[in-house]
Amino acid sequence: MGLAKRIIPCLDVDNGRVVKGVQFVDIRDAGDPVEVARRYDREGADEITFLDITATSDNRDTIVHVIEQVADEVFIPLTVGGGIRELADISRMLKAGADKVGINSAAIVNPNFVKEAAERFGSQCIVVAIDAKSVNKPGEPKRWEIFTHGGRKATGIDAIEWAIKMVSFGAGEILLTSMDRDGTKIGFDLELTRAISEAVEVPVIASGGVGTLDHLVDGVTKGKADAVLAASIFHFAEYSIGEAKQHMQDNGIEVRL
Amino acid sequence: MATVAVIDYGMGNLHSIEKALKTASPDTSIIVTADKNVILSADHIVFPGVGAIRDCMSAIHKVGLDETIKQAAKDKPLLGICIGMQALLDHSNENGGVECLGIIPGNVIKFPSNSKDEHDNKLKIPHMGWNEVNQKNANPLFIDIAQKERFYFVHSYHAEKMDNEHISATTNYPNPFPCAIKWKNIVAVQFHPEKSQHAGLQLLKNFLNWDGQS
Repeated sequence: MGLAKRIIPCLDVDNGRVVKGVQFVDIRDAGDPVEVARRYDREGADEITFLDITATSDNRDTIVHVIEQVADEVFIPLTVGGGIRELADISRMLKAGADKVGINSAAIVNPNFVKEAAERFGSQCIVVAIDAKSVNKPGEPKRWEIFTHGGRKATGIDAIEWAIKMVSFGAGEILLTSMDRDGTKIGFDLELTRAISEAVEVPVIASGGVGTLDHLVDGVTKGKADAVLAASIFHFAEYSIGEAKQHMQDNGIEVRL
Repeated sequence: MATVAVIDYGMGNLHSIEKALKTASPDTSIIVTADKNVILSADHIVFPGVGAIRDCMSAIHKVGLDETIKQAAKDKPLLGICIGMQALLDHSNENGGVECLGIIPGNVIKFPSNSKDEHDNKLKIPHMGWNEVNQKNANPLFIDIAQKERFYFVHSYHAEKMDNEHISATTNYPNPFPCAIKWKNIVAVQFHPEKSQHAGLQLLKNFLNWDGQS
């Protein structure tokens, strides 16, 4: 027995409120990220990721307060992504109680930002988030590119090459989202996940497309992911984290129960 | 009121460890400090650390706490965490080789690249996530903690060449490495109790209940 595969619920937070909807029967204020984080902690989440999608920088402080409150009582690793553009942003999140930060578009604008961040804060807290989309024509060899702006804008950067580069720059972990699958509930892009996971030495978190518990299993067994991230299947109480872990264990995957 | 000093030498975020100690032991006064006198007058001392060993050691030298830590390590119950554990040993191979505090005999090396698990999957570095802690020797830290309980790890380097009698617990990745050690009045763990939920809080509580003798 050894290292457990991780299940990571993700909360999209806009102006201090969980969006994409969260429905827990026993929680009155379902949009409160602190309440939701508490619930996931109780259910046995291995980590929690917060994605700050607040559009205006004026309201960025709200996520800092959310992290502070969660970190006061939830003693598992916390990751914050969204709007991390400068070393000062990272410093602020870590001080608030985050253990890791996710860097996405700022790495594309300036790859050296990842290098500086890893040197300053250590690779263990630098997660590079990659949004990738399939770009090959039917019949051609599989190829994925990095997309920005919610999957609308192509960058021309090859996803596998980018992952390798980001790890060489000091990323301690890769959060890989398939923009083809995000929101579809038809499962992870397993080929993409496996290609990236086998190309890099650091852990890879699979994201985008989870609709059933079997999808989580596939992400690990077929996609070779080290951790699986999901939002809506947990938010809508379709499944609890505990059920997800039990299902993974029943399928031969080592989890923390 | 009993006091615990969390040594603050400017590396990383001590918010989590402070909050976890408070939750584990509401009646203990927790002081996050770089003040030599405060550290030496506390009942318990926590020596945390994150990041790379070279930065940690130079930060310790810069704030002039090496002698304070060595002095405290003579008789106070002291808990090293992660890089704090590694810094207590003799030498680390990280950053091209760094001399550590040399309080406990032992060295620090990197996990081998290209290791595989039993399913032939590549073992990733850093070793990140929840892994089993196999208790070997009696350690006051593990009171009321189940054998093979999982704790949260994140590290690429680990202790080696330690005397068996000082190894309280090991973890496999894929080979066993010392993840908890006990040396006189000092205990140290490679994992993060402050991020290991219930088991982690219990471990911190156990440390604060320990007199450094047994």
